[in-house]
Amino acid sequence: MPVVRAMRGIGRRTINAVWRIGTAARFFFLTLVYSGSGFRRFHLIIKELFSTGVMSLIIIIVAGLFVGMVLGLQGYETLKRYGSESALGVMVALGLVRELGPVVAALLFASRAGSAMTAEIGLMKATEQISAMEMMAINPIARIVAPRFWAGVISMPLLAALFSAVGIFGGYFVGVVQIGVDEGSFWSQMQSAVDFREDILNGVIKSFVFGTAVTVIALFEGYDAPPTAEGVSGATTRTVVTSSLVILMLDFVLTAMMFGGK
Amino acid sequence: MTFPRGKLIAIMGLSGCGKTTLLRHIGGALKPTKGYVSVAGQVVHELDQGGMYRLRRKMGMLFQFGALFTDMSVYDNVAFQLREHTNLPEELIHDLVLMKLHAVGLRGTHNLMPSELSGGMARRVALARAVALDPMLIMYDEPFAGLDPISLTVVGDLIRRLNDALGATSIVVTHDVQESLKIVDYVYFMANGVIVAEGSPNEISSSNKNFVRQFVHGEIDGPVPFHYPGGDYRQDLSL
Repeated sequence: MPVVRAMRGIGRRTINAVWRIGTAARFFFLTLVYSGSGFRRFHLIIKELFSTGVMSLIIIIVAGLFVGMVLGLQGYETLKRYGSESALGVMVALGLVRELGPVVAALLFASRAGSAMTAEIGLMKATEQISAMEMMAINPIARIVAPRFWAGVISMPLLAALFSAVGIFGGYFVGVVQIGVDEGSFWSQMQSAVDFREDILNGVIKSFVFGTAVTVIALFEGYDAPPTAEGVSGATTRTVVTSSLVILMLDFVLTAMMFGGK
Repeated sequence: MTFPRGKLIAIMGLSGCGKTTLLRHIGGALKPTKGYVSVAGQVVHELDQGGMYRLRRKMGMLFQFGALFTDMSVYDNVAFQLREHTNLPEELIHDLVLMKLHAVGLRGTHNLMPSELSGGMARRVALARAVALDPMLIMYDEPFAGLDPISLTVVGDLIRRLNDALGATSIVVTHDVQESLKIVDYVYFMANGVIVAEGSPNEISSSNKNFVRQFVHGEIDGPVPFHYPGGDYRQDLSL
């Protein structure tokens, strides 16, 4: 019966999805539990901060610059219609620190650092390095996962802040240097309109949440990947796709909580 | 199946017969659905995580392709367990690592990365890493797979010498009949998850059992069929 088969397929997929979410939640919990021993190996967190944070700098800076320049250009074109070109600085800064900085930086972070984490851990599993560690009586979650998790959580807000800062410079370059918006109003209006707690701190909270989500997804996908070439490549793809969707979903939820109805 | 202290024992059998599964049971990576594995008087699957980790510190395992940590140098690979499980000063770890590497003939490679080693060298470094804490039990999962004849003899000789030098018990899971019969004290043959033959290398070499003879001498005809079970050949070819 095709209907029964279809129902069975839906049921199986649902059970698998629920099971996977449960496994991921348990994985996240264990990562937090074993973070203490991860912090005792602080040099590992520093090493991972380099490979996830520092190595993502180029893509974040370049992307931030261009996003800021586009914002400056589009913002000027729109504001000009209402004679409010002087508010360009406010528009660029609020757009970046509230939304685009955390979201785009997290999407780039998922593509650059998240996929690398998944592939690295997946390959470690495929080449039995994780099994070898377990046989040496060393907990792989404490030794491999926890340092990467904290490196991701720490580096994401910093990268998002850098993205926003470079983006504002991009907006300044296009708006003030190229188009000729008044420099004084660009900076002064930005200074008076951007609130530290409302705008900057909420942006930092967003990027912290995105960093946690992306890193957990990337690490879980790598740890859970079938130990084959196809398994690792599938896990890497899932990291980017799932992270991107989760970032956008969480962004809506957080935006609604932070700014909704005000 | 028993593995007496100080002995080097081979487990042989066809691919998929359960040899590696057995090693994983001994190491506590799998829990048996029936029966039990006891190591040094402790039933492995009854241990909690702490007990399991304490037991594993007394075990060493050589994986099929070495499983060296690719982001660490040869030196750091061998030093890994010493740093994780002991509070030894770095100077002493340095000396111990070089001694272990010297024992496998690769002291000169300590600055290299695993990607710069040949398959045989990687296996030897992994062997040095497996014995870093002088374990009482060393397990080898296909240590001869994919090695050239010289590396194969070198690794075989090392397994024997390290076992004798450490007074450890060694379990070698292998397909390589000729090399393992040269070095081991006792052999178990497995098929479909059960022991089908056992004995000393001489007894195995001269065994009249069909399965053992076919396996030891690499004969095509015997109880192990060449063809995987399938449908009618003529029907498959639509004849």
